[in-house]
Amino acid sequence: MGRYVARRLLQMIPVFIGSTLLVFLMMYALPGDPVRALAGEQHVDAAQIAEIKASLGLDQPIWQQYLNYLANLFQGDLGTQIGTKRPVAEVIADAYPITVRLGIFAFVFTVVAGISLGIVAGLKAESLRDRGLLGLTLVLISMPSFVLGFLVQYFFAFQLGIANPNVSLEPTNTELLMPALVLASLSLAYVARLTRTSVAENVRADFMRTAVAKGLPRRRVVGIHLMRNSLIPVVTFLGADIGSMMGGAIVTEGIFNIKGIGSLIFDALGKREGATVVGVVTLLVVVYLVCSLLVDLLYAVLDPRIRYA
Amino acid sequence: MRGAKSAKWVAGAAVIALAATACGGSDNGDGGKKNSGQPAGYVSIDVGEPQKPLMPADTNESNGAYVIRSLFSQLLGFDSKGEIIFLNAESLETEDSKTWTVKLKKGWKFHNGEDVTAQSYIDAWNWYANVKNKQQNAFWFSDIKGYADVHPDKGEPKSDKMSGLTAVDDTTFTIELSERVPYFNYKLGYSTFAPLPKVFYDDPAAFGKKPIGNGPYEFEKWDHKKLIQVKAYDAYQGPNKAANKGLQFKNYSTVEAAYSDLISGNLDIVRQVGPRDLPKYKTDLGDGAISQPYAAIQTLVPAFYTKTFKDIDPKVLQGLSMAVDRDTITKTVLNGTRTPATSFTPPQVKGNQTLDSDFLKYDPAKAKELIKAGGGVPGNKFTIQYNSDGGHKEWVTAVCESIRNATGVDCTGDPKPDFPTDLEARDNNEVKGMYRGGWVADYPVNVNFLKELYHSKAESNNGRFADKEIDALMAKGDKAESLEESVAAYQEVEKALVEKMPSIPLWYYAINGGHGKSVSNVKVDFHGDFELTNVTTK
Repeated sequence: MGRYVARRLLQMIPVFIGSTLLVFLMMYALPGDPVRALAGEQHVDAAQIAEIKASLGLDQPIWQQYLNYLANLFQGDLGTQIGTKRPVAEVIADAYPITVRLGIFAFVFTVVAGISLGIVAGLKAESLRDRGLLGLTLVLISMPSFVLGFLVQYFFAFQLGIANPNVSLEPTNTELLMPALVLASLSLAYVARLTRTSVAENVRADFMRTAVAKGLPRRRVVGIHLMRNSLIPVVTFLGADIGSMMGGAIVTEGIFNIKGIGSLIFDALGKREGATVVGVVTLLVVVYLVCSLLVDLLYAVLDPRIRYA
Repeated sequence: MRGAKSAKWVAGAAVIALAATACGGSDNGDGGKKNSGQPAGYVSIDVGEPQKPLMPADTNESNGAYVIRSLFSQLLGFDSKGEIIFLNAESLETEDSKTWTVKLKKGWKFHNGEDVTAQSYIDAWNWYANVKNKQQNAFWFSDIKGYADVHPDKGEPKSDKMSGLTAVDDTTFTIELSERVPYFNYKLGYSTFAPLPKVFYDDPAAFGKKPIGNGPYEFEKWDHKKLIQVKAYDAYQGPNKAANKGLQFKNYSTVEAAYSDLISGNLDIVRQVGPRDLPKYKTDLGDGAISQPYAAIQTLVPAFYTKTFKDIDPKVLQGLSMAVDRDTITKTVLNGTRTPATSFTPPQVKGNQTLDSDFLKYDPAKAKELIKAGGGVPGNKFTIQYNSDGGHKEWVTAVCESIRNATGVDCTGDPKPDFPTDLEARDNNEVKGMYRGGWVADYPVNVNFLKELYHSKAESNNGRFADKEIDALMAKGDKAESLEESVAAYQEVEKALVEKMPSIPLWYYAINGGHGKSVSNVKVDFHGDFELTNVTTK
C-alpha cells in the first residue's frame, strides 16, 4: 500500500511538468500580445512595449521563459501579473477560498442528494418513483446551467424576495446555497443515475439474497452490502467531479457574481495573462491528481478484493 | 499624439435582443435592501477592477479612469456639453498657441496635506513622460518641448526633464510646445495630466495601490476584484466638489449581474444595461432609466494595403456606404441604442457638422451605380473583421446583408476570437478587407476624430489611409492662430474626407444605463462617463 502511494506520488511529477509545459506553450501560441493589448485601440510606441517586456522577462525565448518559470515555481513564486503587477499567488489566494467553499457545498449536496435519490429509485426499478427520478434528472442534464441559474435567481430573488440575486462581497454560507444548488444540479443528476443503475443491478445479486436470507436487518443489507458494492462507479465519477468543482464553474460564478477561480481564469485568458493561467491550471492539476489518488485508495475500502501491491 | 481609450468596452456592451431568458418586468424597484457593506451617503456604481495600478498616466481604460478621476483633479475639465471648466487652474493663457502660461488656484492641497504647486505638476509630467517609467500615456506629453530627450525611440533617455516646462513661482508655470497646438488646452483635460505629491517618488509601486491625489475624493480601500471605495475630501476647493459622502466602485462579472443588483437595491448606478435587459429596462427603472448619446463613433475601415482596397476608387467606398441601411439596423438589430452617423465626428465635439452628403444615406440604386462607376469591388467580395467577444457579430452580419442585398457585392464577417487577436491583426497589417473601428473622444474637439484616425502618420490609422492632400489640410489646421480657426480648418478636412472615404461612418454610441431610487442627479458627460460628484443620495 505504502509503495503504491509513493509510486503514484512520483508519477505526479512528470504529469505536473508536462501539463504546465503544455499550458505554457498554448498560452504562448495564442495570437495577441498581452502588453500591447493593455493599450486597446490606442497605439503604444515600440520603446514602451520593449521596456515593459524586458522588465517582465517576456523578451526572452520561450524555453528560457519556461525554465525561469519552473525555477521560480520551486522557490514558491508563481510570477507576476502583467497588467495589475500583483503576484499571481496573491491573486489566486484571493479567489480560491470562495471557490472551495462553493465547491464543498455543491459536492456535499451532490453526494447526499444524488446518492439518496439513486438508492430510492434503484431499489424499486421501473416503478413510478424510478421513472419520476429519471425524468427529473433528464431535465437537469439537458438544461444548460445558465438557464437554471437565471430561473433560480428569478424565483428566489425577484419573485419570492427571500434571497439577494448576487452574493455579496463577503459571502455568507446562506448566500452560497443558491449558486451551490445550481452548480451541483448537473453532477447531481449524473450521480443519481449512476447510483440508480448500479443499485438496480446489485439488488438482484447473489450476495444480496444471501444477506436477506441470513435475516440481516434491512438497514444493514442496504447500507453495507448493497452500498459498498454499488458505489465504485459513483466514487470514480465524484473524484473527477470534485476537480471540476474546484476549478469553479465559469457560468455559475458569472451569474451570481462570485469572484472565484472561474471568473479569474476567464479574465486571465482574455487578457493573455499567461502566468495567471498557468498558475491556476497548475493548482487544478494538483487537485485532480490528489483526487484521483484518493479515489483509487477508496476502492480498496469499498471492495477489499481490490488490493494494491 | 495618438490615441483614445479603447472603444471596445463600450461597444462590447451593445446589442442583441437575447431576450430568451428575460423573465418579464418584476417590479420590486427600490427593494429597500442595502448591502451591509455600503456606508450611508455613499453612491455605488458598477465599475470593474482597473486593469493596472492606479497611476494617472498609466490608465487609459474606463474602469481605472473612473477611479483616477475621483482621486485626482487636473488643471481643467469639461462640463456635460464639452466646454472647459477650470479645476486646479485659475487661468490658462497663450499668445501663439506655443507657449502656455498656467496659473494655479491657491490653497489646494493633496489629501496628505501637501500643497499643490507648479512643481507638483512639472515633476509629475517629467516622470510620466520618461520612457523608463513605462507609462502607457507617455505620448500625451509629446507636444511638449524636450519630449524626445526623456522618451527617445530607442536607447536610454538623455535627460529626466523636459526643457519645455518651467516653474515661474509656486503657483505659476509655463509649458512650451515644440510645435503650435491650438487645441492643447483641451488635451489638458485628460486625467493623465494630474499632479503627484512628493511621497509618490519614494515608492511608485506602493502609491499605485494606495494613491494620494488632489481630487474631490480621497482613497479609502481597494479590495481587489471586488470593490474600490473612496470618500469625499472635505477640504476640496474645486467646482466639482462631491455632493455625496463617497463612492463605491463595485466589480461585477457580467452586466446582467450588475443589473439584477440594481433592481434589488444593492447597487445605485449601472453604466450599461446588457442585451438581456435592454428591452425592459425602461419599465423596470422608470425615471431611473438613462439613454443618452455621447461622443463616440463606429466605422468600417478599409485596410488600404489589401488587394481588395489598394488604389480603390473612392466611388466604390461611397457606394458601399450608401448600401448600408443605418436607420433599420440601429432600430432593429441594435435595439435603438445607436444613432445613424451624419459625419466623421460625433455631435458632442467642437466643430461637428452635418455633412450634407448623400453618401451617408441609404439608396440601393445609387449605391449600385457608384460601385459600377468606380470599377467595382475587386473579386466582388470583401470581409469585415471584428472581435467576437464584444457583441459585434449581429450588426456586422446585418451590415453585410444590407450591402449584399443592395449591390450584390458579397460581404462576410471575419471574426477574431477576442480583442487582443483583433488588435494584433490590425497592428501587423493582416486585416483581409475592412475592420470594425470604434473611437471615443479623449477631448471634445473634432481634431481628435480626424487627425488621430486619418493622418497618414497617425498611429491609430490602422487602415493605413494616406493622402497628401488631407495631410496638407491638417497641417493648415495645426498652424492656425486660434482654436476657432483650427476647428474650422479641420471642418474643411472633414469635407474633403467625404471625397476620399478613408472609412465608412456607421453610427454614434449612446449610453443605456440607469440608477435606483435611492440616488438622484445622475448625469452623463460628453464622453459617456457618469458625473459622480453631482450624484446625491436620499
